[in-house]
Amino acid sequence: MAEVRAEMVANVWKVVAAEGAQVSDGDTLVILESMKMEIPVLAEGTGTLTRLHVAEGDIVQEGDLIAVIE
Amino acid sequence: MLNSVLVANRGEIARRVLATARRLGIRGVAVYSEADADLPFVAEADEAVPIGPPPPGQSYLDSAAVLAAARQTGAAAIHPGYGFLAENPAFAREVLAEGLIWVGPPPEAIEQMGDKINARNLMAAAGVPVSAGSAEPVTSAAAATAEAARIGYPVMVKAAAGGGGIGMSAVADPAGLAAAFETARTRGMRFFGDPAILLERYIERARHVEVQILGLADGRVIALGERDCSVQRRHQKVAEETPSPGVGDELRARMLAAAVQAGHAVGYRGAGTVECLVDAVTGDFVFLEMNTRLQVEHPVTELVTGIDLVEQQFRIAAGEDVSFAPDQVRPRGHALELRIYAEDPVRFLPSPGTITRWEEPAGAGVRVDAGYTAGNKVTPFYDPLLAKLCLHGQDRDEALARAREAVPAFGIAGLRTNLPFHADLLASEEFRSGDYDTSIVTRLRP
Repeated sequence: MAEVRAEMVANVWKVVAAEGAQVSDGDTLVILESMKMEIPVLAEGTGTLTRLHVAEGDIVQEGDLIAVIE
Repeated sequence: MLNSVLVANRGEIARRVLATARRLGIRGVAVYSEADADLPFVAEADEAVPIGPPPPGQSYLDSAAVLAAARQTGAAAIHPGYGFLAENPAFAREVLAEGLIWVGPPPEAIEQMGDKINARNLMAAAGVPVSAGSAEPVTSAAAATAEAARIGYPVMVKAAAGGGGIGMSAVADPAGLAAAFETARTRGMRFFGDPAILLERYIERARHVEVQILGLADGRVIALGERDCSVQRRHQKVAEETPSPGVGDELRARMLAAAVQAGHAVGYRGAGTVECLVDAVTGDFVFLEMNTRLQVEHPVTELVTGIDLVEQQFRIAAGEDVSFAPDQVRPRGHALELRIYAEDPVRFLPSPGTITRWEEPAGAGVRVDAGYTAGNKVTPFYDPLLAKLCLHGQDRDEALARAREAVPAFGIAGLRTNLPFHADLLASEEFRSGDYDTSIVTRLRP
């Protein structure tokens, strides 16, 4: 199981992957936006995206859980 | 002179504009979002009006809220700073329709220069050199392929309404073109509400050099020297200097003359910047775009000329003469600006947070334009610029020596900043030599 966490305070601009989807290492899961910059959050590992903890428009804090891949 | 001005901006630029207003006895009004209530520019204004929640669309970009604040405070003029509403011709027109003074160029000039394709065509017609590129919007990936073949690779793909490097990318061969086109189009739509794309010949070893112009109240346009802005990450400026170490007297004279021509071509009034690319190999230059507002890096020009550009903006907006003799400007010495960003100094990723310590360097030739101080929260809603550390010296060596002392003396804690990057930049042989181009950051941070 791999947990993907936010590296910084940011707004969730786009959710790219859907819960339950098969993802590969390096796939874009969501795109965060902070300080006028888009920051893609990538899958760390290959598997099923079992949980997606954020929705578009959410604000995440540094270290917040974004997704779980199993 | 104006009796009052509302500054429709935030952070360091709002504070800097308000400082000149105060010096001139002009009542200064700030507007601020909920996220910025504790920032210095709010505290230092004569009056401050909250205009909405943190997202820019609901505050600093909300023209109705800004105009309501102007009415409420009886402000006579609006200074837009840079970014936000500064280059929005519809907003400039609304300001004028309210009977207020717009501290900026005529809305028509903003409009003509706001579209990069139109600006290119206009400049070419006025005799200003432009690179090979699109004369009309490129609307499909197939059209982009044909256009790139005509121009010749490598090409730069850009959003016609873009700015700040957003949506821009260089493409070396046909394989990468479709993706670059899509990126530019989606970013253009998302950030600027306009999907129009243009292609331009990409100059591999380029310096980014811009000319400060002032359109005077009597219709004359003058140039106040150049700034070299080649130190960039993600096509955004990190450090600027004047004079440019890559521009000799002959090239400078040609660039300044072209910038004046550009200003005349659109009937320019007030402060503006004509951005050019200088080919480091051939020594030729081409027009890139014009920024119809005060530029972030204007302090370096102020340091070498002794001219307060914001004061001149106020004077020109009020229909008055500038405070200096336009034909007797003699830049003195060398100036450097280092942009201090809230970002990690290696990957340049945003680093919002709360500032627990803020100690600015001081001394001869040191100027700090800061938007924050200790205790302030830096939020993810706005750009990462915390402060501009500016240095002036008798020559480039002295300015750089002052920078090497000032960078480690700038004490910021509580979040990550790019100060360590600036230390590396100042220590690098490439920067020290002056012989650098827009790829210098990539070489320092491979």
